Amino acid sequence: MKRIIVILVMLTVVAAMVISGSSITVKGSDTLVRLGQRWAEAYMKKNPGVTVQVSGGGSGTGIAALINGTTDICEASRDMKPKEYKMAEKRGIKPYRISVALDGIAVYLNKNNPVTVLSLAQLKGIYTGSVTNWKEVGGEDHQIILYGRENNSGTYAFFKEHVLKKEDYADRTQTLPGTAAVVNAVEHDKYGIGYGGIAWATGVKDAKVKKDDNSPAVAPSLTTVSNGTYPISRELYWFFNGKPTGDLKKIVNWALSEEGQNIAKEVDYVPLPKEMALKSMVK
Amino acid sequence: MEKYHFKPKSKIKEFLGEKFISLNAYLSLLAIILIFVFIFKEAIPIFTDADVKEEASVGKMVFKQHYYPDRPAKWGWQPNSEVPKYSLLPLFIGSIKAAIIAMLFAVPLAVAAAVYVSEFASLKIREIIKPIIEILAGIPSVVLGFFALIVLATLLQNIFGFTFRLNAINAGIALGLAVIPIVFTIAEDAMRAVPGTLRDASLALGANPWQVSFTVVLPAAFPGIASGVLLGFGRAMGETMIVLMASGNAAIISASFTDSIRTFAATIAAEMGEVVFGSTHYDVLFFIGTLLFVLTFLINLVGDYIRLKLKERLQGKLS
Repeated sequence: MKRIIVILVMLTVVAAMVISGSSITVKGSDTLVRLGQRWAEAYMKKNPGVTVQVSGGGSGTGIAALINGTTDICEASRDMKPKEYKMAEKRGIKPYRISVALDGIAVYLNKNNPVTVLSLAQLKGIYTGSVTNWKEVGGEDHQIILYGRENNSGTYAFFKEHVLKKEDYADRTQTLPGTAAVVNAVEHDKYGIGYGGIAWATGVKDAKVKKDDNSPAVAPSLTTVSNGTYPISRELYWFFNGKPTGDLKKIVNWALSEEGQNIAKEVDYVPLPKEMALKSMVK
Repeated sequence: MEKYHFKPKSKIKEFLGEKFISLNAYLSLLAIILIFVFIFKEAIPIFTDADVKEEASVGKMVFKQHYYPDRPAKWGWQPNSEVPKYSLLPLFIGSIKAAIIAMLFAVPLAVAAAVYVSEFASLKIREIIKPIIEILAGIPSVVLGFFALIVLATLLQNIFGFTFRLNAINAGIALGLAVIPIVFTIAEDAMRAVPGTLRDASLALGANPWQVSFTVVLPAAFPGIASGVLLGFGRAMGETMIVLMASGNAAIISASFTDSIRTFAATIAAEMGEVVFGSTHYDVLFFIGTLLFVLTFLINLVGDYIRLKLKERLQGKLS
């Protein structure tokens, strides 16, 4: 009997804690999930009583969750598609978009690959399958082994839109679950090529990318992405249902503050330029 | 004899107990039927809805299609394209290729192990080997997939110099590891079920243990082994996580086993997460689910039927 009472008391305490603190769920992009988690940790430390739960799954998954009303904040590494906006409207959801950080998509090459510079046109040729041999882009005479992401990833969609100009990926592209898997594959494959966030390139090298034949080759880095010289860069978003208020407004304004943006820099994302961050804040 | 008296004292308790147990049995049957109905229901628009049929009717999913006016017709799986392509043939070929490799790898090993454990091993060795092989069945498939992605793929590429690191052979071998315990368990059971009198008779006629195993026991247990192989094949077709991680997931049509593959099951797992509810892509994924369900169901049914037949034959209940 005593034990039952003790358990009941403990349960009540736990329940009271859950009810008294507000809880925020964050879901979406695998690119953003690490940053989301760091933000959540720091924010919870500063604001005891607020619980922030962060999970990944891909931008598509996060947007679906926002449309279905199962998440407060949707992290996305791409804008919503017109189809998704329409779906949201049908369900009575009003997506409200805020840029929270920048990210560049790096092209990974194996460290032993003599190729170091690729132009956007060459990348398009490689990934659509019209360029199949490394010697066509100044490398060895060997077939190019393509690695990419699954089609629920924001990285997949962004790369397709900005590099492939909406053409299809070559059928031979091997799609792997997660950027870490792509990096691992290229690391073990001398003739491999892959793409993903700039924070991930360990064990592989980043290709320098030229916008066209006459422009300079730029390596992906914090500086080149935030000043816009690296050609494959993007904004990362948080989507809300309507303009955020209360706790949601507090957390997004904090993420956009200097403190929040410094955390972004610590985990190798690219902080927003200051005036952009100020403009993004919810009044 | 009092303590062996199992009959319940009350008729009502007996009645309720019996009904409760039979209800459980029917519930699992009902669950299977409901799962099938639900999956198939989501795939129905493929047969009825005009808009969906425009993009992906059954004919369009099976045959070559002209997607662009100026390019040759092809089989393609590109559901997120400007012009979505839903050819099932590359996925089907991928599934079959992975399953073939898995069976080629697993069946000889599993059957040989079963012959050894059932006919030659001492009791002590049998009690060590059998549980260990069966533990293999308990390894989560994601662990096997991870092992294939990181370790096995590199090993195979270093030995054979494959162009594609992740390919049908890599995925098939990892799948084979998951299939071995299924085939082994059923094959071993089948051989042990062969009556000892058959062995004794052949030994008495002067056959040596090898002849007994391979010319008497193995043929007698053949239907059981065949049923194990079929059940293993069903597992290989439906297994998801291993192929998702180890196969490269490239939907291409090729006869080479060193190319990457994309299977039905891995496609569902990879794409169901982001798909918009009610879209053509969603319906097609459920159609694939229905196909897989029916396919594995039939394979398992045939496997079980063969096994039952064997049981009847060995126990002399041939009608």
